[in-house]
Amino acid sequence: MNDSSGPHIPRTPPRKSATFDEYSIAEIQRAAATGIYDIRGGGTKRKLPHFDDLLFLGASVSRYPLEGYRERCGTDVVLGTRFASKPIHLKIPVTIAGMSFGALSGQAKEALGRGATLAGTSTTTGDGGMTPEERGHSETLIYQYLPSRYGMNLTDLRKADAIEVVVGQGAKPGGGGMLLGQKISPRVAQMRNLPEGIDQRSACRHPDWTGPDDLEIKILELRELTNWEKPIYIKVGASRPYYDTALAVKAGADVVVLDGMQGGTAATQEVFIEHVGLPILAAIRPAVKALQDLGLHRKVQLIVSGGIRSGADVAKALALGADAVAIGTAALIAIGDNAPEWESEYQKLGSTAGCYDDWHEGRDPAGITTQDPVLAARLDPVKAGRRLANYLSVLTLEAQAIARACGKSHLHNLEPEDLVALTIEAAAMAQIPLAGTDWYPGKTGI
Amino acid sequence: MSSALKQMTRIEPVTFDLAADKLRDLSVALHALPPQTNQTSWQILNPRGQHAVAVGVTVPVSIQIDGHVGYYCAGMNDGAVITIEGNAGPGVAENMMSGIVHVKGDASQAAGATAHGGLLIIDGNASARCGISMKGIDIVVKGSVGHMSAFMAQSGNLVILGDTGEALGDSLYEARIFCAGTPASLGADCEEKPMTPDDKAILVDLLQRAGAQADPGDFKLYGSARTLYHFHVDNAGAY
Repeated sequence: MNDSSGPHIPRTPPRKSATFDEYSIAEIQRAAATGIYDIRGGGTKRKLPHFDDLLFLGASVSRYPLEGYRERCGTDVVLGTRFASKPIHLKIPVTIAGMSFGALSGQAKEALGRGATLAGTSTTTGDGGMTPEERGHSETLIYQYLPSRYGMNLTDLRKADAIEVVVGQGAKPGGGGMLLGQKISPRVAQMRNLPEGIDQRSACRHPDWTGPDDLEIKILELRELTNWEKPIYIKVGASRPYYDTALAVKAGADVVVLDGMQGGTAATQEVFIEHVGLPILAAIRPAVKALQDLGLHRKVQLIVSGGIRSGADVAKALALGADAVAIGTAALIAIGDNAPEWESEYQKLGSTAGCYDDWHEGRDPAGITTQDPVLAARLDPVKAGRRLANYLSVLTLEAQAIARACGKSHLHNLEPEDLVALTIEAAAMAQIPLAGTDWYPGKTGI
Repeated sequence: MSSALKQMTRIEPVTFDLAADKLRDLSVALHALPPQTNQTSWQILNPRGQHAVAVGVTVPVSIQIDGHVGYYCAGMNDGAVITIEGNAGPGVAENMMSGIVHVKGDASQAAGATAHGGLLIIDGNASARCGISMKGIDIVVKGSVGHMSAFMAQSGNLVILGDTGEALGDSLYEARIFCAGTPASLGADCEEKPMTPDDKAILVDLLQRAGAQADPGDFKLYGSARTLYHFHVDNAGAY
């Protein structure tokens, strides 16, 4: 019977497309209106298999835990033991990732240096060179050697404690950078030998070497320039971690830095951030295997980054075989990025606290991703540095709490055997057994 | 002639034979020199294509290298006068800050890459990407240069007496390119510019300092059209 003529016809509610979801529709509309792809800062925002998909097992009848607050659980790490005559000794295995003066305000860079120094760890320059403030406030400073070579000079190179040759970064493996004109202040322009106010490209390839054979010679030059004293890191975006790690080792790296796609950037196309690279969870084990296959695990140190938020993340990264982690986005949040106190201003910019990612525009209310002197003055580098030190302390204490529960007297004693995976995807990517089983996808010989 | 250069002519050179001595020992010796050193004249024998020869020198000494060198010879030079009596591999005088590097033969790729200052003279030809990302250096190439030379060149002057490969000055910033020959093509945002008296004075000075026999009137000036200085969708075809 057809009841369509009745007064109360049941109606289905409006149905949203899973494919053309709210964000996708808005992006199509934005693209149609502007003709330009979306650029933003930060790392990927999509849901990815991550450290949350792993759990520690803790001690049991067969494992003996250590007493919290009493029994020692070491946290220190030595980086650069392979060739450098002056390796770096850090109190904690959490370092601050490379971020440039230019992308960040001088106050933000100073805060990162202060916080890292208070916590006994290192901070890192970025594209744009080393500022005296940054060197002065960073007890241990890693100097990035980037394709653009903005601000690169021998004096600063020799002032550094280590050199990080940047091949790529997790937010955009294979991509260069763009610092928009509004952030090219007179000082930034002077440091980069560029006119003020223009959009500044950061090259995606190094200008004077191509491939691992050349890189080996470039590293030789860097070592000769710095008397073989300084550890040489090679940073790669996570894409082919086994081969990239092996080739970095072949080229002579002391330390390999592996950055997953959750790692942030100052500015890149949204499509690049969300669709290129690997989540860090999928990259660590292949990198560790490359080191093991070469007999150099723990001899060439591995630093991993991309989405590290808590001491649990730190502990899981180390358990998978890393020697240390690096944080970028989390460090910015710790010093004040996306703080609720600036909510009204975030709303004026069309965003909200917790979502603000237009770091390239230079209008950051928190005074961090800006070169506007008025906005930058909002950030007190001393207080912000203290917040970062507090946060680093919490990361370390949390990681220690987990390690002691697993019976480990040093964070580096954590191992894959301490972990289980909650999802099949995480089990496959991390090569960790699915919880309640002794199996992960791809495991043979059961 | 500077007082340092006058002094060099009077002092017996310190000789390093890389057939017998180690590169490491050479670097240590050069880096240990104080600014007021009397050891202002150095001679390096038998480089035999070794890499990273005479890198990171920060004092105004004269270094003569008798033979061919590999990658990055005179890298990051800051004040020395380095003469290569042969050919140079990739990245000669890369990131030089000041001083003079003179290649008597040909140079491979990326000669003078990212260099901030000083003068690089290449008597022969230079391969691809000569002057890539240069940031203030002056380069005089008496022969021709390869493709993508002066790519993303920021400032400084590149003088080419011969011809150039494809895409000269691609994505150029504020560097000047003087070329007496014919560019195979100009890169994105590179265009011929009118040569002002100031430009010509720079060219004449560089030709004179490099000992180059050329008529300044034969040169054309190339620079940035500055259309790519701000990202705009209408320029998408150039990106």
